[in-house]
Amino acid sequence: MELLVKNGFVYDPLNGIDGEKMDIAVKDGKIVEKVNERKAKKIDASGMLVMPGGVDIHSHIAGSKVNSGRLLRPEDHFKDFEPKTPITRSGVGYSVPSTFTTGYRYARMGYTTVMDPAMAPLEAKHTHEEFNDIPIIDKASYPLLGDWWFVLEYLREGRIEECARYVAWMITSTKGYAIKLVNPGGLETWGFGHNVRGLDDQVPYFCITPREIIRGLCKVNKLLNLPHTIHVHTNNLGKPGNYVTAVETMKCVEDLALENKPAIHITHCQFCAFKGDDWRTLESGSEDIANYVNGHSHATMDMGQVIFADTTTMTADGPFQFALYELSGNKWVNHDVETETSGGIVPFHYRRKSYVHAVQWSIGLELALLIRDPWKIFMTTDHPNGGPFIAYPKIIAWLMSRKARGATLKKVNPRARSRSLLPSIDRELGFCEIAIMTRAGQAKALGLKDKGHLGIGADADIAIYNVNPETTDPSRKYKSVRRAFKQAANTIKDGKIVVNDGEILKHVGGATMWLDVQTLEPIKITEEMKRKFKEYWTVEYENYPVTEHYLEVSRPITVKADV
Amino acid sequence: MPVVKAVTCPVCGSLCDDIELTIEDKEIVKVKNGCAMCESKFLNYNGKHRIRKPLIRKDGKLVKATLKEAVRKTAEILAEANYPILYGWSSTSCEATRVGLELAEEVGGVIDNTAVVCHGPSLLSVQEIGISSCTLGQIRHRADLVIYWGSDPWSAHPRHIERYTTFSEGRFERSEWRGYVAKIKASIGRKKIESVLRRLFLKKKPTVPSSYLEGRVCPTISREGRKLIVIDVRRTKSAEMADYFIQVEPNKDYELLQAFRALIRDQELDVDKVAGVPVEYLEEVSDAMVGCNFGALFFGVGLTMSRGKLRNIDAALSLVRDLNTRTKFIIMPMRGHFNVAGANTVSTWQTGYPYAVDFSLGYPRYNPGETSVVDVLMRKESDAALIVASDPVANFPRKAAEHLVENPLVVVDPHMNATAHMADVVLPSAFVGIEASGTAYRMDHVPLPLKRVAEPPRGVLPDEEILRRILSEVRKIKRKKQVAAEAQ
Ligand code: SF4
Ligand SMILES: [Zn+2]
Repeated sequence: MELLVKNGFVYDPLNGIDGEKMDIAVKDGKIVEKVNERKAKKIDASGMLVMPGGVDIHSHIAGSKVNSGRLLRPEDHFKDFEPKTPITRSGVGYSVPSTFTTGYRYARMGYTTVMDPAMAPLEAKHTHEEFNDIPIIDKASYPLLGDWWFVLEYLREGRIEECARYVAWMITSTKGYAIKLVNPGGLETWGFGHNVRGLDDQVPYFCITPREIIRGLCKVNKLLNLPHTIHVHTNNLGKPGNYVTAVETMKCVEDLALENKPAIHITHCQFCAFKGDDWRTLESGSEDIANYVNGHSHATMDMGQVIFADTTTMTADGPFQFALYELSGNKWVNHDVETETSGGIVPFHYRRKSYVHAVQWSIGLELALLIRDPWKIFMTTDHPNGGPFIAYPKIIAWLMSRKARGATLKKVNPRARSRSLLPSIDRELGFCEIAIMTRAGQAKALGLKDKGHLGIGADADIAIYNVNPETTDPSRKYKSVRRAFKQAANTIKDGKIVVNDGEILKHVGGATMWLDVQTLEPIKITEEMKRKFKEYWTVEYENYPVTEHYLEVSRPITVKADV
Repeated sequence: MPVVKAVTCPVCGSLCDDIELTIEDKEIVKVKNGCAMCESKFLNYNGKHRIRKPLIRKDGKLVKATLKEAVRKTAEILAEANYPILYGWSSTSCEATRVGLELAEEVGGVIDNTAVVCHGPSLLSVQEIGISSCTLGQIRHRADLVIYWGSDPWSAHPRHIERYTTFSEGRFERSEWRGYVAKIKASIGRKKIESVLRRLFLKKKPTVPSSYLEGRVCPTISREGRKLIVIDVRRTKSAEMADYFIQVEPNKDYELLQAFRALIRDQELDVDKVAGVPVEYLEEVSDAMVGCNFGALFFGVGLTMSRGKLRNIDAALSLVRDLNTRTKFIIMPMRGHFNVAGANTVSTWQTGYPYAVDFSLGYPRYNPGETSVVDVLMRKESDAALIVASDPVANFPRKAAEHLVENPLVVVDPHMNATAHMADVVLPSAFVGIEASGTAYRMDHVPLPLKRVAEPPRGVLPDEEILRRILSEVRKIKRKKQVAAEAQ
């Protein structure tokens, strides 16, 4: 099928297009140079923004942890539901939406690619089964590898190439996309109810430090030529004073970066940009982090913006979640996974009038505005940890408009307001910068060559938003901008129009992307590995991998490794 | 003779996946590694109760029909019903449940799984309090204290102790198997002596649990290594092998749990006994709980279905949560059917709720006590039912079962069970995990593949496929109706 998107203001930063009025031609699911004007279906985008489909680098949408969150929170669903229609399946929201609803809601906002950032390898099948039930958007997931016993042991012994081969086996076996580290070393330590306190704290019984794990996996990442960098949730997350840990974490791989290329992604940076000794003296550490990032080119990050709402926190960081339970007294789920990782869930309500929550809200925006290069920081809420992803249009408005920030700032805790850096920041982002932070930059950081841009050959994933950049000043008319990003005028996925004015037109199955990491010699399953397997896990080796038949729409990406 | 390795056992929630089957002439002739329950399933599944042909009730009698007729009839029943129920799901694959949910949504019915009659209260309690849990390997590697409460793994989950807990070999904790063997020998010796004494003095066995009679409270509780505690109303097989057995008076679990909650907070109890157990014993046990490096509490239907149900589980979950401020502690329900965890899991990701989901308003609604099948049946509200891989007529309260069979009833099952005998349509299905592949979730939510190792009888399909055909037939009927309505 051919499609022609006519006369829109196109924002395609990866191809240097900044709001030019032009047509985008689509054929067989790809962007092409031109199509037969008479035959092609035409979409009139005049007076509207045309962007590549949104890309989300970090959003918990599927898998065992997310599903425990759904189970834990019936009250989250009661008021927010979507009935079945002739086209769509029914479902529920709010902070942990059911699978179908997740796909529809992303598509309605013009998003077409979402990365689930935390998959316990042993439970990878669960993530993939849920992916099959998340329609429209393309997905991928990052296996949690920072506390996997194989990694700890091989890195401790300095056997980096063997470690790399096992990581390659693991990524391919779990049909994963990137190396995820969560509180490296801390999750193994949580196995007995403790935690590590910093980069140089030893992991009990394993004689290895978080620093060694991060550096080791950073090297492994390079040996394997993975498209994304290591994706790191830092140690000490959610603790006052932790901005130091965040900076140290970036520093610790500085020397491993090549040719100014990123070597590390610090995720939901807001949660590790806290200054102060305790909650009372909490302050923003955003300036220190921004200064570091502005002066270096080896790190990217995402915001983890806080939204004032009732949400559900969920991370693989078991000890952090337990601390959050102790702090809030809310219900708490813990789920440790043998040999690999842990996880926890705590419902959480961010309130405007809370000093700490308001400081957190401010930190996220400060980071996004103080870091000068939008290719280095991306928009996320760490859904649902900072708030549900449906709040993205609000964040766009805050980033584009001082006035929007001021309006919210007026309503927050006064002490937090008086300390916020936001009043001193004049910067207001333009549509091009928003396009970078919500799609182009994320796709680039992920190494997704066919996503995040509208060049010839790219996937025909397109979002059209009903706001005219020539006549709308986002700084003043931020509410119209917010409205436009909330409901795309059209979302096009693989060349098919799937959304019209926020209404789902088609229920198509999105693809699951995964890395087929090919090592120089195919990975042999040694006797050593089989023996370890029996010792380490309670399932048989044969039953561990996710076979391809678990992926209803499988999109393997071949990666040639150097080991 | 071909041997199939790493087969997942489709019997109980332990979901052992190391079974080796020897196949001869397309038949399973030998089972290795499995327990007795597993062996009997793999060797005898094809018994005389097997249904081989679809059946439809005509003039009061079930008579053979073609698959097409039976599917068609089922679709008519479901499409015509105002408020059908779709029940079962814990002994089939996640893939089948997935189609079942779509079907339930399509016909606007209530879909519920067998959790409603076993661990339903556990799920409700989790929704109130949360749960500190983990995968079973974590217990194998780390637990130095294992408690089974209201659960007799030795009989109901025979390999649980050997694979995952006290007798398994972990990285940080060794198996206690040797110690147990020694103990058994000693106890055989003791039993011999006892029986001699009995014969001599013609005395009856003491009725108080023997552990309370021994001089010291518990000689083994302070020793090194893994410890096993069993808490139950009866002295079960599992209790026999425990380091410590607490016999709780029937329906007094709640009192006992609350006593533990107080004790671990170092509160004094000013009574001598709780639930029939002397307080000093409880103090020792609570010291062991606080003092362990990693504790695990497994609970069974003995706790969920005894008096207090919800309150019991609330207290158990809270106890374990509180223990985490002192040490590491986890809790896990001993799920019975091999895939009841999977049925809850799929239902949750598609609808947000684990069971008792009502689609009659076009979106998922959840209110156990109202939307749970037993309650729907008691109120006589449903007007048709589809039962998949379950036997509610044998398990439900009589009144509920009566209403169930009064209305059109379809059964999809490999066996001619009590419910099938009362059905209007019976669709034979392949045994999931033997004749049909798929996925199941272990009690700790680890997904495992189910293998197809044998051929189903000719013409017999897996649940998943049968449900797909019903769904597409239902859609056809609805479309026709719509066209007819539009024409008028
Ligand atoms: S313990 Fe349960 S799962 Fe394991 S072999 Fe026995 S019946 Fe099967
Ligand atoms: Zn996250």
